[in-house]
Amino acid sequence: MRWDKIAQSEDFKHLISIKSRFVVIAIIISSVYYFALPLSVGYFPKIMNQKVIGSINLAYLFALSQFFVAWIIAGVYARVANRHFDPLADKIKKQYVGGLEK
Amino acid sequence: MNWLAIGMFVVIVGITLGITYWASKRTKTTTEFYAAGRSISGVQNGFAIAGDYMSAASFLGIAGLIALYGYDGFLYSVGWLVAYIVVLILVAEPMRNSGKYTMADVLAYRLSPKPVRSAAALSTLVISTFYMLAQMVGAGSLIKLLLGIPYEFSVVFIGIMMILYVTFGGMLGTTWVQIIKAGLLMFGAIFLSVWVLGKFHFNLVDFFNKIAAQPEHGQKFLEPGQLFKNPIELVSLGMALVLGTAGMPHILMRFFTVPTAKAARTSVLWAMGLIGSFYIMTTFLGFGAAYFVGSSAVKAADKGGNMAAPLLAQTLGGGPGTVGGEFLLAFLCAVAFATILAVVAGLTLAASSAFAHDFYVNVIKGGSADEVTQVRVAKRTGVVVGIIAIILGILAKGQNVAYLVALAFAVASSANVPVIILAIFWKKFNTGGAVAGIIVGLVASVGLMAISPNVMGKAAIFPLGNPGIVSIPLGFIAAYLGSVFYNEKSAAAAKFEELYVRANTGLGAE
Repeated sequence: MRWDKIAQSEDFKHLISIKSRFVVIAIIISSVYYFALPLSVGYFPKIMNQKVIGSINLAYLFALSQFFVAWIIAGVYARVANRHFDPLADKIKKQYVGGLEK
Repeated sequence: MNWLAIGMFVVIVGITLGITYWASKRTKTTTEFYAAGRSISGVQNGFAIAGDYMSAASFLGIAGLIALYGYDGFLYSVGWLVAYIVVLILVAEPMRNSGKYTMADVLAYRLSPKPVRSAAALSTLVISTFYMLAQMVGAGSLIKLLLGIPYEFSVVFIGIMMILYVTFGGMLGTTWVQIIKAGLLMFGAIFLSVWVLGKFHFNLVDFFNKIAAQPEHGQKFLEPGQLFKNPIELVSLGMALVLGTAGMPHILMRFFTVPTAKAARTSVLWAMGLIGSFYIMTTFLGFGAAYFVGSSAVKAADKGGNMAAPLLAQTLGGGPGTVGGEFLLAFLCAVAFATILAVVAGLTLAASSAFAHDFYVNVIKGGSADEVTQVRVAKRTGVVVGIIAIILGILAKGQNVAYLVALAFAVASSANVPVIILAIFWKKFNTGGAVAGIIVGLVASVGLMAISPNVMGKAAIFPLGNPGIVSIPLGFIAAYLGSVFYNEKSAAAAKFEELYVRANTGLGAE
């Protein structure tokens, strides 16, 4: 079993570095955007109650936008994972799968 | 007696039992029983996750909250979808790559198996029990209200159904029950939404203007603050909703049914599409019920507002007593019934795997039990879990459903999530941290809930109905301190490399 060898390999380190960077940024963006909703409706109701179109107010549009932002982040993640993470992981798998047999 | 509704219930029961019979012929090994032989495709699993996830709380509960309190109810919808970002990016693929049947498999990889599996099995059983109770109580009240069948009888009936699905159909049967339910639920929601919006010529602005113009509601109804007065409460609820999903055992278990990590990713994307569309539609159902049925009429039918969607269907169909009204009401109730059955089946399976796979096979038997014994124990556990759920469901009659669901999410986010995330990403994490994290998260969330306004009313010691903002950090801190102070002799850190490689590449994945 050469798990430590794989863990030290350039390919694996590269995979982890690009993956962690993406994950950290994506989680920060989505957390900030999500928690902005309860904080703004909780602390700034006057602003959030502003009507934008007819009776539709900022609070509803902000809540609705959360769905689209979540979908976009998920879509970007899937794209990046398919294009960048998967090929690297496959490369590592091919390289080591023979050497892993006991 | 509503014979139309009974007829539709019978049709749903018949179809699901047919599936169970078909699945039972294909369920023999442990992997088949717990993970449908890893034969489910990404798209199928996406539908099944949606079916597993959107419980009575989503369909009946949120529509009801919006119908009664307007805007604030929608905040649940938002949190429950955004939660899937955490699932997608942090847990789905590592789970699939390094686990077998349960989340404890992932923990046991690098940590001392017995204490970790015992703690994880305990938290899984607690979460599944509270969540299942919420579904049973909801279903019992719903069926009683609609069909006039006594509460206790309804609970026993649902319990028997879930035992049949799980013990005979295993994960394969449960998956297809969930897929069909997701299809039915989406159809019902789209159908009602289109009808509601059609009444306003598909003009969303006109829809909201007319609601605001009703004397019963006014513009205030579209504004936040009708249900939640305290901003901290909102943040605390948000934390539990967003993190809790990633610690829900019945959701995590779904990732073991697909063949690869890529399929796990695809399934979350499909689930997010379905769940998100559904939750956006809750505004049309909820506000629609407020407009057409009226908030006070919804409240008169059920104090918690749970009858909002079925009443909306009845009203749109022509009102009580008309053919259209009764038909639509019966259809919506059948959908709600299917919803509950699919969720309780998933929960029963998760609870059975926690006991049979984690506790019995790996702790008591030390991992040495043959296939036949494992499947037999798993099935027997399913029966026992079902019977316990029936007894507790009858005892919990009259309990507040929202409170039970909030409790399940609080425990999942405080006890399971810190430990899962640290096990996958933190090298110095060890057995001490895992056990401390689970136990402290569990005790803190249940304890704070017990002294919250939900239980103690005005005399509450803890001011928030949702303990997440306190109990989630406590879970993380305990997991951290436990790891720092516990001196692990075995090679937990060295094993981390193995788990890390496996989780990120899928090498050696089962």
